[in-house]
Amino acid sequence: MKVYEKPNALYGTFERKTGPALESTHYCQGCSHGNVHKMIAEALVDFGVQDRTVFVSPVGCAVFGFYYFDTGHIQAAHGRAPAVATGIKRANPNSIVLSYQGDGDLAAIGTAETIHAANRGENITVIFINNAIYGMTGGQMAPTTLIEQHTTTTPGGRVEGIHGNPIRMCEMISTLTAPTYVERVAIGNSKHIMKARKAIRKALQIQIEGRGYSFIEILSTCPSGWKMTPPDARDWMLEHMTKVFPLGVFKDESKAREPGSWDRVIKPFEPEAVGAYLKDFVGATVADPSQSKPQEMHCKFAGFGGQGILTMGLFWAQLAMRAGSKVSWIPSYGPEMRGGTANCQVNIADERIGTPLVEEPTMLAVMNQPSLEKFEAEVVPGGVLLVDTSMVKTAPTRTDIKTVLIPASEMANQMGTSKVANVILLGALTAATDAFPFEYVIKTLPELIKKKSLVEMNIEAFTRGYQYVREQQNG
Amino acid sequence: MATQLMKGNDAIIIGALAAGCRAYFGYPITPASEIAHAAAIHFPALGGTFIQAESEVSAVNMLYGTAGMGIRSMTATASPGFSLKQEGLSYCAGAEVPAVVVDVQRGGPGLGNIAPEQSDYFQATKGGGHGNYRLIVLAPNSAQEMCDLTGLAFELAEKYRNPACILTDGFVGQMMESVDIPEPKALTTDHRSWAVDGTPATRGNLINSIYLDPYELEAHNLKLQAKYERCEVEDVRFEESDIEDADLIVVAYGIVSRVALSTIALARAKGQKVGIFRPITLYPFPTKRLAQLAEKTKKFLVSELSTGQMVEDVKLAVGHTAQVRFFGRCGGVVPTGNELLDQYDAILGEEG
Amino acid sequence: MAGVPYLEVASELCKGCELCMGVCPKQCIAIGDKLNSASYRPVYYTGENCTGCGLCFYACPEPGAIRVVKP
Repeated sequence: MKVYEKPNALYGTFERKTGPALESTHYCQGCSHGNVHKMIAEALVDFGVQDRTVFVSPVGCAVFGFYYFDTGHIQAAHGRAPAVATGIKRANPNSIVLSYQGDGDLAAIGTAETIHAANRGENITVIFINNAIYGMTGGQMAPTTLIEQHTTTTPGGRVEGIHGNPIRMCEMISTLTAPTYVERVAIGNSKHIMKARKAIRKALQIQIEGRGYSFIEILSTCPSGWKMTPPDARDWMLEHMTKVFPLGVFKDESKAREPGSWDRVIKPFEPEAVGAYLKDFVGATVADPSQSKPQEMHCKFAGFGGQGILTMGLFWAQLAMRAGSKVSWIPSYGPEMRGGTANCQVNIADERIGTPLVEEPTMLAVMNQPSLEKFEAEVVPGGVLLVDTSMVKTAPTRTDIKTVLIPASEMANQMGTSKVANVILLGALTAATDAFPFEYVIKTLPELIKKKSLVEMNIEAFTRGYQYVREQQNG
Repeated sequence: MATQLMKGNDAIIIGALAAGCRAYFGYPITPASEIAHAAAIHFPALGGTFIQAESEVSAVNMLYGTAGMGIRSMTATASPGFSLKQEGLSYCAGAEVPAVVVDVQRGGPGLGNIAPEQSDYFQATKGGGHGNYRLIVLAPNSAQEMCDLTGLAFELAEKYRNPACILTDGFVGQMMESVDIPEPKALTTDHRSWAVDGTPATRGNLINSIYLDPYELEAHNLKLQAKYERCEVEDVRFEESDIEDADLIVVAYGIVSRVALSTIALARAKGQKVGIFRPITLYPFPTKRLAQLAEKTKKFLVSELSTGQMVEDVKLAVGHTAQVRFFGRCGGVVPTGNELLDQYDAILGEEG
Repeated sequence: MAGVPYLEVASELCKGCELCMGVCPKQCIAIGDKLNSASYRPVYYTGENCTGCGLCFYACPEPGAIRVVKP
């Protein structure tokens, strides 16, 4: 025996609906939404997926999809259903996700979401109800409204030169690589209706098997919005809409796609695994108990982008942190970054650090002329100024601070690469400030350098800078 | 405990992962992009998901989807993107979806610039999108807090089933400081009573914010309001420094609170009794505590990277019991310590 | 027992759109002349010739309005 009746994936009584008549839908006489709801619900039952289905309803007449479908349900903002559906599907790839949308929702305000969910090949099913009008809001022009069609916002009929042309979504989406199956059907006569049913079932089957994204455009009627009787609306749709929106399969790669090939799984949270990963990734920093904390310092490192200014400051901060100090490091930020000059500011203190911004440096290292000119005056009396004389041609003018001059870039060149000039300066800085013992830095530096092949050269550079200043101090 | 020097922006992702966040949706925008860069590495490596969305709007709606499925999820952006996300956040609040959003504030209005500001305060704390709702807004001022408050944001978002926001600025995001990596703990919450997760247990659940009947919508609004009232009692957070004897209390959050902290010793060395009050939750705002403090301290200085936003809440809190002054810089200019000290001189030098 | 196919119309749910009439190959559905409580004129089964093909069920936009039984 075969019985055709309201499928169980639709509620028996529509309890979520407000008002009277809890067994009939809110849809107008002859509206195609009901047909499509019925076909979807039937397929969900036949395929045994009702329990894991999440229906995403749009804004538009189908906003109340949750009145009817006895499935999980997430209501989306206007046009955003494919983005919401993306989130849902990623959250649980085993869920069956339907993004059910009208023409304004899908092809006007939500065009970007539509195209990009398709382009990512989300393993979802998009059902597109194209009835060439905004129904819910009062019969305005839709992106799919036909030329010369009268709506409340095209009272004289849609005009190409003013309103543009009806948009063909199947054609657009089928140009994309990822979508698996794209078909346009109609709720027209018997053959059309049965084809629509078949297309909906196929699209769901593709999703269930993990074969990827399907897009089913369903030419539908809106007798109320069109101001026609339902039979006239059906005939008008078949006569006029199918000319602009030809029916048929635009893309079908379902056979070529392996089952499961579009599953994108999110694994559950495993605290231990996350903890182990984070520790491994960030690499625990162990303070060196044999090393005493350096004195409080407020440092500024400045030069051209590409000279390793930021790294120099970072090494300095890390040396202090491993010696047990509190540190902060902040790069020059904003427009300065783009101008070719860079600086970073490092605070080193025993206790909590206030502002990370260094207004009055106790130590300034400069690797170019503009930086000397800009920052020399900021150094506190008694502070240290370190200058790469290879790059800075004028001499510092301050006499109330300790000035250390070193041709760091030339020394680096002699070593075969200008890239270690910053580490030469670090060596010089260490000698000039006595912030850290030489041996401590030699021991710690290798831990700070990511590329192990560069460790030896950096140790050499640091040593040369350190010795250069020590020789000056002794000589 | 593992400690590492890291940027505030990176610390957000560490905090999120440790809190069990499994999905990140973002769109490139300066100065928040490092958050997405870190997410793009770590989320997939840990079996979570990272999607670079086609727009800020899509990102927040993907978040609405995963969070509605009961998965801890987040997005991050900077001011112009935060404006775009307001629609989605309104839906999250309306449908009671516990999403987490980070706003690394930059200069505005319009395209503004990429330098830090605190001019999204109104948008973040007063609702921002349409309808009667609030975000729970947390304002970190260190890399450690970027990590820890992100974890807290997930907890509060779930506790109240309401979106929570980390409201920070470019400086706190770019700044590197040592961060203690939190130990991830198993989640004790069960989303199945409300979420729709594509399993039989949640088939009857509904994530939705449409209530056609006026009385139903009013009741829904009152329900949301009751949550906010509870939040205002149970989850106000702030930090006080040197306020016991203060003649002047500086109220600041984020990077400005750090600048202010540097000035206290200098002011006190001059004999000025200055303290700092730092709201950590910008919503719920520590209104009651400020009103209490105003009983004793009669001068307040609010400093922000804006033309004056949080100052309105401070004025509301203290009413006429104390004097409230404002000193703000904007466009990416940060008040210097000396500028604040000048303010103290001026205010404390005044009669009465 | 080999029964006869038939269809039932829930006249309180039918909105009288007549779309089922258009698809019925045997033209065994007709429009009634009485209004239901929602002010629609529901269709009814004429009582003869239903083959149980189910086309009217799929053409009907109202999920609960038509039930077709094919024994």
